[in-house]
Amino acid sequence: MALILIHAAEQGLLYGIAALGVFITYRILNFPDLTVDGSFVTGAAIASSLLVTHGFDPFLVLVIAFAAGAVAGVITGLLNTRLGITDLLAGVLSMIMLYSINLRIMGRPNISLLRTDTVVRIVAREFHSLGNMSVLLFVTIVTLAVMFILVFFFKTEIGLVLRATGDNEHMVIAQGVNTKRMKVAGLALSNGLVALSGALVAQYSGFADVGMGIGTIVTGLAAVIIGGSLIRSRKVVWMTTSVLIGSLIYRTAVMFALRYGYVIGFQASDLKLVTSLIVIVALVVPAFRERMARRVKTC
Amino acid sequence: MLRLENVRKAFRSGQDIVLALGGVNLDLAKGDFLTVIGSNGAGKTTLLNIIAGTILPTVGRVSVKDRDVTTLPAYRRAQWIGRITQDPLAGTAPMMTIAENLALASKRAHRSLRLAITRRKRREMVERMLSLGMALEHRLDDPVSLLSGGERQALTVTMATLAQPEILLLDEHTAALDPANAAKVSLLTQEFVERLGVTTIMVTHNMEHALALGNRLLMMNKGEIIYDFNGGEKGSLTVVDLVDLFSRQHIVDDELLLEAR
Ligand SMILES: Nc1ncnc2c1ncn2[C@@H]1O[C@H](COP(=O)(O)OP(=O)(O)O)[C@@H](O)[C@H]1O
Ligand SMILES: [Mg+2]
Repeated sequence: MALILIHAAEQGLLYGIAALGVFITYRILNFPDLTVDGSFVTGAAIASSLLVTHGFDPFLVLVIAFAAGAVAGVITGLLNTRLGITDLLAGVLSMIMLYSINLRIMGRPNISLLRTDTVVRIVAREFHSLGNMSVLLFVTIVTLAVMFILVFFFKTEIGLVLRATGDNEHMVIAQGVNTKRMKVAGLALSNGLVALSGALVAQYSGFADVGMGIGTIVTGLAAVIIGGSLIRSRKVVWMTTSVLIGSLIYRTAVMFALRYGYVIGFQASDLKLVTSLIVIVALVVPAFRERMARRVKTC
Repeated sequence: MLRLENVRKAFRSGQDIVLALGGVNLDLAKGDFLTVIGSNGAGKTTLLNIIAGTILPTVGRVSVKDRDVTTLPAYRRAQWIGRITQDPLAGTAPMMTIAENLALASKRAHRSLRLAITRRKRREMVERMLSLGMALEHRLDDPVSLLSGGERQALTVTMATLAQPEILLLDEHTAALDPANAAKVSLLTQEFVERLGVTTIMVTHNMEHALALGNRLLMMNKGEIIYDFNGGEKGSLTVVDLVDLFSRQHIVDDELLLEAR
């Protein structure tokens, strides 16, 4: 039981980094970006192929994965801002292109990392005195570091402009900012984080699979929405914290559903259906509530 | 400072082509304060849009400080041109705080990864908000969406001041406010224009304002400048004269005539 919770927490935090990426596009930039389903795999693919075939340092590949994800985000951004393709379609196109590219990177549909050193294995080895908490501790530190860097970034001059771009683009243009460039930068940051998450998840779970990114956008949204419904704040610290909490709650629920869901006939393959339904409900309920409130007022 | 040469703008609306501006020529010197009146659809907003760069003219040339800016994107012109529109929601970012909005306006070039709001900047912001007399100094960390239209427009004017533009475009920027707030924002703008001596174009529906403010008055109709009064001529004009000119042009605009009463 305790072990399930530890694993749920580890995964919640690792996928939480991807959720932070989704948060940046969905909540901050107001750009529903589907690239993430591809860039998550790109991170995992680059990390595992560099580890297995080129013997790279497991920490270094995290940085490279981030950079590769950022490039994917830039491509989506350019499709949208320079070629005028709508945000959704730009993301879909990138996602599909990445599917082929990811296969190229991996050379085959999946790569096993069981015989390679990974950050998780290094941490478990170096801090074996902490027992089964060592990985959780490492994952917590990494995720919180990412979160606080993000929080700081959004308080900087450039970070402020990025936030305002999603809030009132015309006003930002009037402040002398090339908002197209800001959108590209935001998409790069977002997909960089998603790819970093993919690289960490691959090293954590010991494999990369070309299909492992399917639904990244939906699970990311689930975390953003669950967290946002629990903590209603406009402060970036609280918004990012809520995303991580949302991710933790989501992963714990998934873990329990997989472990005990068979009682009500739940199968692992139902997961994406159930997650999407949760997101649909979470998206619809606030709008519905608002409409009810307005109706009551006009009565 | 600002020159428009034969600027035309045609919009396609369905099958028709609407000529919003038909060959406008305009030359403003540094420090000029131009007021613009004209009925709805006269092309006043289109004129300001073309100057600000949010739309491009169909033909013609726009230059700022003897530099051709006809096709320069709006964000590049923002280094000289500030703008306040009728919509109090347009000039600020609603989800961000007052302090963050002010910070966005105060640092406009070479933005970096430094903290946007330092303690020193906050003190300056408190000063600024105190001078507005709207009790906003206590609300620096409130999201702007919580402010009233008047408060938001006053903030927008303050932000324009921080940016220190060389050309200020005002498009009926008090029209959506209640009379008390309109007067306040109007006064604030006047102080700003006088203090910085910024070259200003103010579109207004209020003929008294149009006469009382500035050193030059344009009357527009159907995309053209039909009257252009300078200094002395403008000084001797009255609201009655303006109404007379309007009716001579057979301009039927209830709103304008109502305003004139
Ligand atoms: N984006 C647009 N598309 C089509 N027609 C437009 C557009 N913007 C303005 N117009 C038309 O151009 C004319 C001038 O509009 P505008 O400049 O807004 O007038 P004003 O600000 O003086 O009331 C009007 O006939 C208006 O319908
Ligand atoms: Mg107008």
